[in-house]
Amino acid sequence: MIRYAKPTSIEAALALLGEGSWRILAGGTDFYPALGNRPPREDILDINGLGELRGIAETPDQVIIGARTTWTDLICHDLPAAFDGLKLAAREVGSVQIQNMASIAGNLCNASPAADGVPPLLTLDAAVEIRSTASSRFLPLDRFILGNRRTALQPGEMVTAIRIPKPSTAGTSAFFKLGARRYLVISIAMAAARLVIADGIVKQAAIAVGSCSAVAKRLTGVETALRGIAVADIATAIATAELSELAPIDDVRASAGYRREAAREIVTRAVLAAADPPSANAVAA
Amino acid sequence: MSARGEIVFTVNGSAVTVSAAPVQRLSSVLRDELRLTGTKVGCDAGDCGACTVLLDGEPVCACLVPAASVAGAHVRTVEGLGNGRLSALQASFLRHGAAQCGICTPGMLMAATALLERNPHPAEDEVRDALGGVLCRCTGYRKIIAAVMDSARPGSGLDLGLPPAGHAVGASPIRLDGIAKINGTEKFGGDSFPADALALAVIRSPHHHARFAFGDLEAYQAEHPGIVDIYTAADIPGENRFGVIPPFADQPALAEGSTRFRGEAVAVIAGEPDAIASLDLSAFPIAWTELPALLDTETAQTGDAALLHAGRPGNLLTQGFVEHGDPEAALAAAAHIVSDMIETSYVEHAYIEPEAGFAHMDGDTLVVTACTQAPYMDRADTARLLGLPPEKVRIVPTATGGGFGSKLDLSVQPLVGLVALKTGRPAALCFTRDESMTSTTKRHPAAMRATIGADAQGRICGMVFSGDFDTGAYASWGPTVANRVPVHASGPYVTPNYRALGRAIHTNGPISGAFRGFGVPQATICQETLYDALAIKAGIDRLEFRLKNALRNGSETVTGQLLEEGVGIADCLEALKPHWQRALADAGRFDAENGHMKRGVGVASCWYGCGNTSLPNPSTIKLGISPEGQVVLHQGAVDIGQGSNTVIAQIAADALGVPLTLIALRSADTAITPDAGKTSASRQTFVSGKAAEKAAKSLREKILRFANVSDHAALSLEGCLLIIREGDATRRIGLSALTPDADGLVFTAEETYDPPTAPLDAKGQGTPYAVFGYGAQIAELEVDLKLGTVKLVKITAAHDVGRAINPLLAQGQIEGGIAQGIGMALMEEYIPGRTENLHDYLIPTIGDVPPIETILIEVPDPEGPFGAKGLGEHVLIPTAPAILNAIRHATGVPVTKIPATPSRIRAAIREAGR
Repeated sequence: MIRYAKPTSIEAALALLGEGSWRILAGGTDFYPALGNRPPREDILDINGLGELRGIAETPDQVIIGARTTWTDLICHDLPAAFDGLKLAAREVGSVQIQNMASIAGNLCNASPAADGVPPLLTLDAAVEIRSTASSRFLPLDRFILGNRRTALQPGEMVTAIRIPKPSTAGTSAFFKLGARRYLVISIAMAAARLVIADGIVKQAAIAVGSCSAVAKRLTGVETALRGIAVADIATAIATAELSELAPIDDVRASAGYRREAAREIVTRAVLAAADPPSANAVAA
Repeated sequence: MSARGEIVFTVNGSAVTVSAAPVQRLSSVLRDELRLTGTKVGCDAGDCGACTVLLDGEPVCACLVPAASVAGAHVRTVEGLGNGRLSALQASFLRHGAAQCGICTPGMLMAATALLERNPHPAEDEVRDALGGVLCRCTGYRKIIAAVMDSARPGSGLDLGLPPAGHAVGASPIRLDGIAKINGTEKFGGDSFPADALALAVIRSPHHHARFAFGDLEAYQAEHPGIVDIYTAADIPGENRFGVIPPFADQPALAEGSTRFRGEAVAVIAGEPDAIASLDLSAFPIAWTELPALLDTETAQTGDAALLHAGRPGNLLTQGFVEHGDPEAALAAAAHIVSDMIETSYVEHAYIEPEAGFAHMDGDTLVVTACTQAPYMDRADTARLLGLPPEKVRIVPTATGGGFGSKLDLSVQPLVGLVALKTGRPAALCFTRDESMTSTTKRHPAAMRATIGADAQGRICGMVFSGDFDTGAYASWGPTVANRVPVHASGPYVTPNYRALGRAIHTNGPISGAFRGFGVPQATICQETLYDALAIKAGIDRLEFRLKNALRNGSETVTGQLLEEGVGIADCLEALKPHWQRALADAGRFDAENGHMKRGVGVASCWYGCGNTSLPNPSTIKLGISPEGQVVLHQGAVDIGQGSNTVIAQIAADALGVPLTLIALRSADTAITPDAGKTSASRQTFVSGKAAEKAAKSLREKILRFANVSDHAALSLEGCLLIIREGDATRRIGLSALTPDADGLVFTAEETYDPPTAPLDAKGQGTPYAVFGYGAQIAELEVDLKLGTVKLVKITAAHDVGRAINPLLAQGQIEGGIAQGIGMALMEEYIPGRTENLHDYLIPTIGDVPPIETILIEVPDPEGPFGAKGLGEHVLIPTAPAILNAIRHATGVPVTKIPATPSRIRAAIREAGR
C-alpha cells in the first residue's frame, strides 16, 4: 500500500517532502496519463489542499504566480500586455478541460520540450521559487529546466511559485503555435516574443522558441539583431539572425530541417504580432 | 493503490458518499462506484474529452481528476442534464442528428452546457473553442456545431419528426435509437459489466517480432491473491486460429511461442477486479527474445526475407488482378501520359469507444455481450476458438461506439469467453486505449504506382496500376483489400484498356484490416491525383476532364460489367460545376490579395461497389405483428452509429404500409434475430434494406390475404386491433385472439436477399457488384507556403445515394466520412511504438473540419430498396484526393507521401524550388 497525503499548509507539505520521496499530484493532467492503467507505485503528495499556492499576486517588484494556479486562472486574471503571449499559450495548452485543471508550475516541472508555457515565461524572465524545509531558493527558468523531463528540483523540494520581475513586464507580447491540427495538439514548434518599442524603435526584445531543442531557448542572436532597429525592419533583421540555440530533431511530428526553417518563420510572426498587438480585449478573457 | 476512504460530494444535485481511493479517477468513481455510466472513458489521458463532466460548473476530464479533489464539490454529468426531460441542447442534438454512435455525445453535451450557461448564443468560433477538447470520430462535428448554436432558438423543443404512414422513406425523423444516446442511458461495450465479473489483464508482446517463454506462472499467481487463473494458448479448448475470411484464418487468440506484431496477446490473467487493478504487469514471468522484424513490404518481399506464415511465399497473402483490353498498346498510342508513385500510411480507426464486453454462462451456452459490427461472424470464430458448436455461443451486441471496419474482427470476445467458460464466472474486459490501438486492425499502408494515358481529345485510353498493401502480421481483411482495389482503381471513369494488380503483403506491422473503403481510398488518391496531372497536361479543366470520362448508363467497367442503369457520377460532377466555378474564381481573387497564403481548389470522384466482391452476401430480416399491436422488427443490421436502426425501420414501415411510430426494434442478438450480415462494405441500407423491404411486403401480403383484401388496402394498428381499410370497407382483426409464434408474434414474415453478382475470371472480368454508389467532392483550402500548413475553407460533396431513405442521416455519413478523409490526407499516421495514443496519433478536432455543403443526388438503382444505394464508405474516398489536388493547385507541387503534414508539404515546396 502506498502513502497518500493531502496537506493543507505549505509547511506541512514541505515537512512531508523532507521525510522521503513523493510524487507530487497537482492538476493531474500529466500524472494520470503517465500512470496509464497501472496502479500508482510511488507515495503521492496531493498539493490540491494548498489554497495559498493558487492565485496571482503582485508586489512592488514582482508578479507572483502561485504554483497551483491553473491556466484558466491566468487567462481570467487582469495582467499587463507583456503577459498576452503567456495567455495565448495558456489557451493552447490541451483543451479547456486541461486548462481548468493543469497548473502552470506543473508544465515547468514536467519539463517537456513541447511545454507551451515555457517560451513565454522565458521571455518574461521568469524565476522559479523552490522551497524545502531547509531553504527557499530562486532559479531562473532556464536554469530550472535542465533537459527533456529533467529539472533542478532536489529531493525534499517543491516549486511554490513563479516570479516575474516587474521590469520584464514591460512592453507587448505574442505567441505563435505551430501544430498539425487545431486543438489538443503537441507543438511542432512554438515561438514567444516580448518587445518594448518606443518611437518606432525596438528598445528591448525577448524571444524564445520551444520544441526545437531539448529545452525551450531564448534566442539571443535574434534579440541582439532586433534591439535598436525600426519596427519596419523587423522581418529583415530576423531573416539573417543567428538561431544557434536551436537543435531540432526529427520526430513523428516533423523533420529537423522543417523545424529549423519554420522556427525562423514563426519567430518572425510572433515578433511582428508583438509589435502590432491586437486590442487587449482579444487576449483577455 | 492507497487506502479507500469516504468521499462526500454532490452529483447532479444529490449528495453522495462513496468509498474510493483518494487518487482514483473521478471517471472511475462515477462509473464503477456510482454506476453512472453515461460518462464515457475513451483514453484515460485527457486526449479525447469523452469523460467531460462539470466540476463546480467548469468542464474537466473526469479521467484526470482525483477523487479527493471532488470532496465537497458539485459534479454534473450527462444524467443530470435534463432532470427527467431533455434539455434544449439535448433536443437540439437529436433534431440535428448531432449524435451518431453516441460515445462522444455525453462529453460534447457537458462541454457545450458549460458554454451555453455562460453564453446562450455563441458564435461558431466560440463553440469550436469550447468543444475543441472533445473528439468525435463519426459526425465530422458540423451537426454538433449547428446543434449547439441552435439550442437556444425559441420554441425549439423536441419534435420526433415521425412521418405518417407511407412517407417514412425520404423523411428525416430523429434516429429511433437517439434518445438513449443523448441522455446517458445507452449501454456501450463497457457500460453493463456484471458486478461479480472477473476482471482480465492481457499480456502483450512489446516487440514487433519475438519469441517468448513463460516463467513460473503458478508462483506468480500464488504471490498475487485475487488472481483466479492465468490462461495461455495451451488453455484454448478449440482451434487456436481465427480470421474474418475462413480460408485465410491464421490468427491465434493467444500466441503460441512467438509473436508476429507488437501488441499481440500471449496470456490472460483473470481475477477479482481490485486484484487485477493493482497488478504490476512488468513483473509477469515471461522472457522475451526479440527477433528481426520485417516492417515494410519491400523488405518483406525480398528473397531471403523470413516468412511470417508458412505456405505464403514472398510473404504474399494474396493478390487481386483485373485486366481489360491492351493497356500497353493504348498507353503507347496516348497523346498525354502521366505516371507517379504514391505512398500512404497506417491509419487507426480511433473510434472513441475502446473494445469492451463481457461473457457469462447461461446454462451450457456462452453469452458474449460486447460491441461489434458482425455478431454472427463473432459467433462462428468464438465458437471455433473455444471448441463449442456455434449454437452454444450467443452474441449480444451492445451499442457500438464507432467501428469503421475494425470491430468486424474479434477483439475481447475470445478472451472473455475463454475465462467465462473456464471459470463459470462472468468475465469482463475493456481495452485500454493503447491496447485498442496496438492490437486491433488498421488501414493498409499502400505503395502504389500508376500510369494513365489520354488521347488528344482528353479521353482516357489506358491505365496500369499496381499497389503493394502492407497487410501486417495476419490476414484479417487483407484479401478483400487486394481484390477490391484492382476493381476500383480506375475510378468511375471509362477506361477501355486497363491492368491493375493489388497485392497484400505480410509484415510484422500492425494487422491491416477493414477500414471504410477497403483499400479503395488509397487507390483513389493515386488515380485522382494523376487525373489532375493528366488534365493539366491535356490543357482541360479538371472537372470537365472528369465529366468527359465519367461512366454513364450503358458504359462498361474495367471488369467488363455493363452498367445499364443508375450510374450517377456525371450527375454528381454536373451538380458540382457551379461550385467549382465559384471556388476557382474565389481562389483567383484570394491569391491576388495575398502573398504567402495561396488558395487551392481540388476535385475528386469515387465509385464503390456495395456488398461483398463477387461473393454471397445475404441478409435476412424478420418482422411481425405482436398481440399488443406493435410491428416488431428484428433488426439484425448492427447500428454502429450510421443509422441502420432507423433506415431499415423506415424501409420496413413504408413497405408494410404502417407509420414508423409503430415499429419496435429488436436487436441483432444472435439468439433472437436472424443474420443480417456484417455492418461493412456499405451494404446495410442496400442489402439488409432490400431484405427488410421484401420481408415487409411479404408480411403485408400475408395480412391482406388473411383479411381477403387487395393490395390497395391500408393497414393500421390501434391498440390490439389490426385495422384494414379498403374503400368504404373496414376489417378489424383482434390480435390478442390469435396464437403467437415462438417469437411472440401473430403475423410474421422473414425474407433473405442476396445481391446478384458473378465471379471474376482469371483476368478479373465479371460482375463483382449488383449496385455501385457514386460521388464527387470539391475541397477548397489555403496553404501557408512558408510553413506548409493547410487551412480548409470548405468541402462541397455531391453523392448519388440512389434514394435518400433518411436525408439527415445521409448528410451525417457524408460529413463524418469527410472528417476521416481530412485526417487521412493531412495528419493521420500510425507508427507502432510511437503513436499508440490519442495525443501522438492525431485525428481531426472540431477546429479542423470546415463548413461542408452536401448535395444529395438521387439516381435510383433498380436493384436497391426504393432505389437506394450504399453510402457509408463512398463518402470518405474523394476527400483525401480532393484535398491533395487542392494543395497541388495552391502550391504547384504534388505531395506523394500521405499524410501531407506541414513538414512534407514544405519539403515538396522546397524541392520544387518555390
